Order: sequence, then structure tokens, then C-alpha cells
Amino acid sequence: MIMKRFEILSKARRALNVTEYVVYAPLVARHARAGQFVILRTDEDGERVPFTICDYDKERGSVSILVQEVGYTTMRLAQMSAGDCLADFVGPLGDPTDLSGYKHICLVGGGIGAAVIYPQAKQLYGVKRVDVILGARTKELLMYREEFASLCGDLYVVTDDGSAGEKGLVTDVLRKNIENGAKYDCVFAVGPLPMMKAVCDLTREYGIKTVVSMNSLMVDGTGMCGCCRVTVGGKVRYACIDGPEFDGHEVDFDEARARNNIYKAQEHQCALRRGL
Amino acid sequence: MSSERNPMPVQPADTRIFNFDEVALGYTPMLAKAEAERCLSCKNAPCMKGCPVGVRIPDFIACVKRGDMDRAADILSADNNLAAVCGRVCPQENQCEKLCVRREKLSGSVAIGNLERYVADWTLTSGNNLPKREKPDLNLKVAVVGSGPASLSCAADLAIMGAKVTMYEALHKAGGVLMYGIPQFRLPKDVVEKQLDGVRALGVDIVTDVVIGKSLFIEELLEEFDAVFIGSGAGLPSFLGVQGENLGGVYSANEYLTRVNLMGAGREGAVTPLIIGKKVAVVGAGNVAMDSARTARRLGAEVTLVYRRSRTEMPAREEEIVHAEEEGVRFMLLTNPVAILGEGAVEGMRCVKMQLGEPDQSGRRRPIPVAGSEFDIQCDSVIVALGTTPNPIIKNSCPNLATSAKGTIEVDECGRTNIPRLYAGGDATTGAATVILAMGAGKRAARAILTDMAVDIRKM
Repeated sequence: MIMKRFEILSKARRALNVTEYVVYAPLVARHARAGQFVILRTDEDGERVPFTICDYDKERGSVSILVQEVGYTTMRLAQMSAGDCLADFVGPLGDPTDLSGYKHICLVGGGIGAAVIYPQAKQLYGVKRVDVILGARTKELLMYREEFASLCGDLYVVTDDGSAGEKGLVTDVLRKNIENGAKYDCVFAVGPLPMMKAVCDLTREYGIKTVVSMNSLMVDGTGMCGCCRVTVGGKVRYACIDGPEFDGHEVDFDEARARNNIYKAQEHQCALRRGL
Repeated sequence: MSSERNPMPVQPADTRIFNFDEVALGYTPMLAKAEAERCLSCKNAPCMKGCPVGVRIPDFIACVKRGDMDRAADILSADNNLAAVCGRVCPQENQCEKLCVRREKLSGSVAIGNLERYVADWTLTSGNNLPKREKPDLNLKVAVVGSGPASLSCAADLAIMGAKVTMYEALHKAGGVLMYGIPQFRLPKDVVEKQLDGVRALGVDIVTDVVIGKSLFIEELLEEFDAVFIGSGAGLPSFLGVQGENLGGVYSANEYLTRVNLMGAGREGAVTPLIIGKKVAVVGAGNVAMDSARTARRLGAEVTLVYRRSRTEMPAREEEIVHAEEEGVRFMLLTNPVAILGEGAVEGMRCVKMQLGEPDQSGRRRPIPVAGSEFDIQCDSVIVALGTTPNPIIKNSCPNLATSAKGTIEVDECGRTNIPRLYAGGDATTGAATVILAMGAGKRAARAILTDMAVDIRKM
């Protein structure tokens, strides 16, 4: 079968309003590593939006991304079907995750963040001691539960409303584990900014190194525009080339949150205008 | 012989601030002929010494004089494969026109840039714009990284000589800074597209959406190609380093211009968003600052340009400064921002007055803050145009590549890096400079590649 440049090979629902897309992009797949991201445009007049790579198949030349339908581009993507081609799909961008220096790692995934910690879990299980805390607002938003469970290891599931796993927040579980004697030397937390901030506030108390993955807005994604700047340890860093992962204890989350919301109103208008 | 220099016809300022159409309208045939007549056809051609790519200026102007446009076009394109771009954005007043013998005493230099544009535009519209491939296939494969001016001139020169060139561009559109950086009203994008078509017609394969150093590594290119040229451009924007700089509505000039030029932001129905601002402050006084200020004017903002030195030290071309002034950009000189004010969004900028002291290393008088002179200006958007520092992606993925302390790639005068078969030129080696200097570097590297690969270049 001949596959076209940036063809959507398949799409599958992963959770409520969350879809996994497998895209044909051999040049991206070739050097892709966990933690890196791509930038895509759906159409010739589309915007450039970054998405974390959640899986890749070098032989098939495909890359998977997980997309939550929240704005214009993500909703436009949802209208596309397998066989359609994206206008652009460039990467792998940013630096890969590097947890090689740690012995007992706790991976914390909130909502769609599960997609980012999953490849780490796959790589690290059996090699290091790894615990996974998987959280979501409610059961329908929980992702990759079976996949994590099949990797064997300590998996903790938690939802805000108690519809799956324990009732509570990922930080409740994390604190309990630490209090019960888990000797984590690293926490890798990926999810919504308030969740990552809460995890960092907690681990700071215990002096546990915490790595977070920033989902900043971007334009070029190669260090040219400076849109993705994040204040880390008082210094301006670019998520696209210095990140996307940073020491969570050094990140200015309030600023990051404000920056991610800059265009919320405009994005809403755009989606309405285009009938999405 | 005492005839005055013929000025470039322009769109009136009160019209052009409402559109993105080109400001300079180009010479009419009559104006072009009259201006060409002013050329003294100096035997020693001092003007040519000021041209980084060595265009045979008096020769092509002589052809314009006698109305032989075909020949004028051939002479021009022999040394410059992006003449329609250079005729628009080269700082001729500091190059060829600076050395013109008419400059001081004979009513001003010949308007070489305007004539260059006239000939190049004639070529583009006469359907004769596609350069010819002169040589049979050399069996030489070259990869070119980036598709801005350095890469385009390098690729075109190599292709003309018979090399098979593949050009890799990180963005979704080729052209580099000519596409994302320089605004439409100074360099129309259809002009750039036509120049790109010319390069494609030579057999150059342009591949977009590939980031060298990420999607493909330099060492992989060196395995697949006989030689590799890096023309990846300048890179990371510099910021002020003041409080409030990460508020929404504070842009680097790169981001602002990319959103507008490349992504179409600010236009009715655009998908890419932009905070346009009613009152925009631009920081800096180079060409990029002028481009940003004039773009913001066209998007309907009141624009104040803040610069820490005086008008004399402004690095932008005089023409750009005058155009910005005519378009109502307000200059606030001897002023430096110390903080950007606001909660969540920009509300203003705190500045301090400056005075000029003794000359510094750059030879310009050093600006010194005046104690107790802080004051606030009102604005809802800020564009920072303070230059760039080199992009680290290629260096990080190719640790053996020698770079300077600043991070620019180190090359010899022909563009050779410390790695055999790897060449570089343009802003990646010099830091932010001009289109024409980048083109000159691309041409020199093309020559070096052919020489090093033992191709006979005597006829180039």
C-alpha cells in the first residue's frame, strides 16, 4: 500500500473528546524519541500547533499523537478521517525525556498527560523501579489504564469524582505513597498546568526532584519566534529548544498558565466562525 | 549631466497605511531610461566594489540606456539570482551607491537599486525569468539547509553548474526570512515565489517541513550527499530582560512578523491569532523594528518606537526610517524600557530617559540612563526588535562543528567549516546581517564546493 505524505493512517477514540491519530511521517518516526513533539497544520490556511509524540513505529514510518478537542485546530482534526492528509507534520522537535539518572521513579499522568508518561513506563518497567499514578476528572477521561496495567508494576488510579479508582487527586496518592515510605528520587509529572504545579508544590516539601513537560503555545517550534518562552529559575527558556521538559520546582506556573490563555477568546471566535 | 536623481514613485503615506501593497511602485520605462542616462559608465566601475555579489553594474545600466532589456537581464542574473529581492531590500546607499562618483558632487548617486529592481521585474513579467541550466549533469549531489537568501543563492549557483541540489526547509513554506520576516509592503510574496520558481526550474528540489538537526542530522546528510551547505539563518530572538516581558501581548519581532507574514494573522478570517493592540510600543531601531512598527500601523495601531540612542545612531536604512515617520510612527528617542506594566495583559511600559556619553566599542556614543527620569507610556502591546542570537539546533546535533563563543558557525573566507565537505554561510555564520551579504556568502560557498570537488569553475 502506498502511503501519502502526512496521511492519517488511523484514528481511534481514547477517551471522551480525546482521539489518537496515527500519521505517516517516516522522517519524523526515524529519529523520534519519547518526550519529543511535532508541529502540525491541518490545512493550507491552518495554524501551527504542537502535539507530544505518544508513540512511533520506525519500520512503518508512523507517529501517533493524542489530541483533545479543545480549540479550532483540534476540532478541525476531529473532522478528518483516515486516508486524509495533514498539510504539515514536522519533527521530532524538542529534547527527549531523560530519566536515566534516577533509580525509583514515580510517573504521574493527569488526563491527556497519560500519553506522555506511557512511553516512559514502557521503557523503564523492568529496568528501574517505577510507580504510575494515573488521574483524571472522571472515568470517561481516563486514558491508557489497560496499557499501564499490562506493564505490571505499581499502578494507582484516581479520579476527582471517584468514578474510577480512588476518589481524589493525583497529589493525594503521591503524598500517601511518600508518607508510606516510597523513596522516589524523581517524579515525572505531565498533565494540566494546575496539576503539575500541585505536584511540584508537594514534592518540594519532600525535596524530590520533579520533571514536568510544558505544553506552551508555539509558532515555528525551532527557536525562531520565542512564543513558547517559560520562566525557569528566573531565566527565560524556550520550551521548543530548551525543553519541553524542565525542573518543575523552577518553573513559573502562574506565568505559563497566563501565557497559554492569551488567545482563548480569539480561538473560540475562530471555531465559531468556521462552524466548529 | 547635472540631472537630479529620479526618485522612486511611492504609494502616498495616507493611502498605504490602510493596505499591505508594496510601498515603492517601481520605475516607469521613462524614469528608468532617464535614471540610466545618469550613469557615467566609469571604466573602473567603483560601484561594483560595493556589491557583495559583484554585479556588473555599468554594463547592465548601459543596456537599459539603449533599451536592450534582454541583455540587461542576462548581465544582472549572471551574478545575482535574486535581483528582484535585492533591488528592493539591499541597503544600496551603503554599498554600490555609496561608491558612485556622482554621489557627492553630481546631484547624487545613480539609483542603482531602483534600476536593478526595474530590470528584475521586467524579467519576472516577461516570462523570461527562469534562469538557464548551463552545464550537463555533474554527478554531484549537494544538500542545502534552509531556504533563505544564502541557501537560495548557493543552490542556484550549484544547479546552474550542473549539481543536483536538495534544499531542506524547516517551515511549511520556502524562502526563509524573505517569507516570514520581511513584510509584504516591502517585499511582495509573489515576487519571492517567482524567485523560488526560478530556483526550482534549475532542478533544485525544495523539501519543506524538515528540521535539520532534528528530522535529519548533518552526519546523515554527509553520508547521502557529496557536500552540505548550512544557511539556517540567525535564530533566537533577544529580549530586554525586564519585568513583565512574558505578559500576553509582548512579542519578539520574529514572532509578530511571522504571525502576520507567514501565517496571515491580523487578516479577516485568519486562524492564527494575534493581539493587534490599539497602542503598540516597538523597542529597537533596526530594519526589523521599522518593519514591525509599519506592520502594526497597517493593522490599525497607534505606534510608538522606543530607542535608547538618538536618530543618528538608528541602525535601520534611512529609507525605512523616513517611510515609518511618514506613516505616523512616533519616535521616542533616548528612551529605554525598564519594565512592562500590567496584570495578565500589557497596560503600559515604564521607561527611563537616556543621554549619550563617550563612544563605546561599536563607535557609537554609549547611552546612559538619566537618574530619576522614569516615566510610563500607555500601550497594550509591545514588540521587541533587539536582534537575535544563533540557533543551537544544528550545533547541538553536530557537536564536532566548530562555533564561536557567540554560537555562530566558524567558516573560512570561502564558507568551509572545520568538517570536510560541510560549508556554511549567511546569518548562521555572521549573526543577523543583510540579505545581500548572505547571498554573497552562499555564492562563495558554491564556488568552494565546486573547487573542492574538483569541478572546473573557470567558466562560472
